[in-house]
Amino acid sequence: MANTILAEGLVKRYGAEIRALDGLDLEVAEGTVLGLLGPNGAGKTTAVRVLTTLLPPDEGRATVAGLDVVRDAAALRRIIGLSGQYAAVDENLTGFENLDMVGRLYHLGRRPSRSRARDLLDQFALAEAADRPVKTYSGGMRRRLDLAASLVAEPQVLFLDEPTTGLDPRGRLGMWEVIASLVRGGTTLLLTTQYLEEADRLADSIAVIDHGRVIARGTADELKTQVGGDRLELSVGHTGELAKAADTLRAVGSGEPVVDEGSRRLTVPISDGSGVLVGALRRLDAEGIEVLDVGIRRPTLDDVFLALTGRAAEELDEEPAPAGRGRRGR
Amino acid sequence: MSALAQAAADGMVVTKRNLIKIKRIPDLLIFSSIQPIMFVLLFAYVFGSAINVPGVDYKEFLMAGIFTQTVAFGSALTAVGLADDLQKGIIDRFRSLPMARSAVLVGRTTSDLLNNVLVVVIMSVCGLLVGWRIREGLLSAVAAYALLLLFAYAMSWVSATIGLTVRSVEVAQSAGFIWLFPVTFLSNAFVPSERLPTVLRVIAEWNPISAVVASLRDLFGNVAPNVPVGDAFPQQQPVLMSVIWSLLLLAIFVPLSVRRYRAAATR
Repeated sequence: MANTILAEGLVKRYGAEIRALDGLDLEVAEGTVLGLLGPNGAGKTTAVRVLTTLLPPDEGRATVAGLDVVRDAAALRRIIGLSGQYAAVDENLTGFENLDMVGRLYHLGRRPSRSRARDLLDQFALAEAADRPVKTYSGGMRRRLDLAASLVAEPQVLFLDEPTTGLDPRGRLGMWEVIASLVRGGTTLLLTTQYLEEADRLADSIAVIDHGRVIARGTADELKTQVGGDRLELSVGHTGELAKAADTLRAVGSGEPVVDEGSRRLTVPISDGSGVLVGALRRLDAEGIEVLDVGIRRPTLDDVFLALTGRAAEELDEEPAPAGRGRRGR
Repeated sequence: MSALAQAAADGMVVTKRNLIKIKRIPDLLIFSSIQPIMFVLLFAYVFGSAINVPGVDYKEFLMAGIFTQTVAFGSALTAVGLADDLQKGIIDRFRSLPMARSAVLVGRTTSDLLNNVLVVVIMSVCGLLVGWRIREGLLSAVAAYALLLLFAYAMSWVSATIGLTVRSVEVAQSAGFIWLFPVTFLSNAFVPSERLPTVLRVIAEWNPISAVVASLRDLFGNVAPNVPVGDAFPQQQPVLMSVIWSLLLLAIFVPLSVRRYRAAATR
């Protein structure tokens, strides 16, 4: 199948020090969804900005639907839709006015623009709020409107930059349903997210990026297989017992236990499921450690991230990452 | 549709969007009208009782200065509006659409111009109430207003460049205003520039604000007969000089701000 999105060796620098993109390669087949997964500052937004013509790359090239993002930028803008990280809708306009304005700027013409706006408001369950100023909308409603705005011209290729960041769980579920139904319609989609569950749920394939380059790619299942077998996960009653519990788990598990102090939770990779579980519980009981919750689970993409970068997906931000420095400095 | 007509149509779409905001938040309009009223009253009654310009009622002498100062200060709105759009990511959305690259700027400066028209009307009424008079006939007065709005429009583009450069609303609010204080006060707006020390006098003579103020005094017929007109070219030909200044500002800042806009998302 033809690649609708193709990026080769994209580099984007900010000043001498920071390489937001450091040789990024991407391929997205027509009609599929690529989840671009990575922590804050990994270069996800920069990648989207380059692919949507907002930002010229310093090196490398990219085409979307066969159009070069630099040379054919004007033509490309007609066939893509972008929904950004924060809802870029005008809060003083009503939902209808926002969509109508976007329609007019796509040069749909007065009537088609209006009817398209009404259709989208219906489709996104915003019909009732259509003629209220957006400032009265909830966060989830704004996101849906922002997504609707990116669909006004029925784009061939859609870019969604962290579409659910900042939404409450209900808003997130609603957004997932909307995106899933779009995808069934055959739109090619590039979706960035820092939620591993989101990529797992919506994307056909996933590219994990860190420090501006892809560090792993594949389907969610392939990535999970890369990380290996099941996990034993348990939480203890007291923070003071964490160290002792970790020692116990080290003995029964097949790898180093991961300790999360905040939630008093420990995770360790294991090779033999139920046998290990029983053994671990006996040992913990003998040590007098209070276990609140215990279970065996398949690896999540969080584990994938941890295995690939040596860091949990959430903990990074501006923190210096020893594993990544060498790669970045070239 | 030709590219130019398309650009104009896009500009109108954005203008309409900006005007809806004024409609939705009437407070904006109330506060942008209070400022000129306040200026007219404060200057007329506070300064008016202390400053004496021979041969003319100071209130009459003053109005041209207040008109010009107010539209100059009003131009800061453009910087704030654009910085706000940038900060909220709306410019990103616009830049991802197949619309004219000039439309956001044309739309913003046009809606700010319309806002200025309203402010000028309010100031005129207020001025008439405190004793200012138009003494040179209708045509002259129309020319004066046209000149004032042309200058306001040019200043709006200067402000657009500032707004797209500073990028945050908070900074735009001060950066858009602060330079206007020396620019408006180092002029003939409130006192005859002949009384200033030499260096300041030369600056004041060549200040675009002075040219506009002097033009308005001429065209409205509010000239102080006993204050000598300087020999410098801008004072001899204030109307011509005002037009030149306005066109010059546009010639510099229209392309500059469009370039800024193109680069606006490149970080």
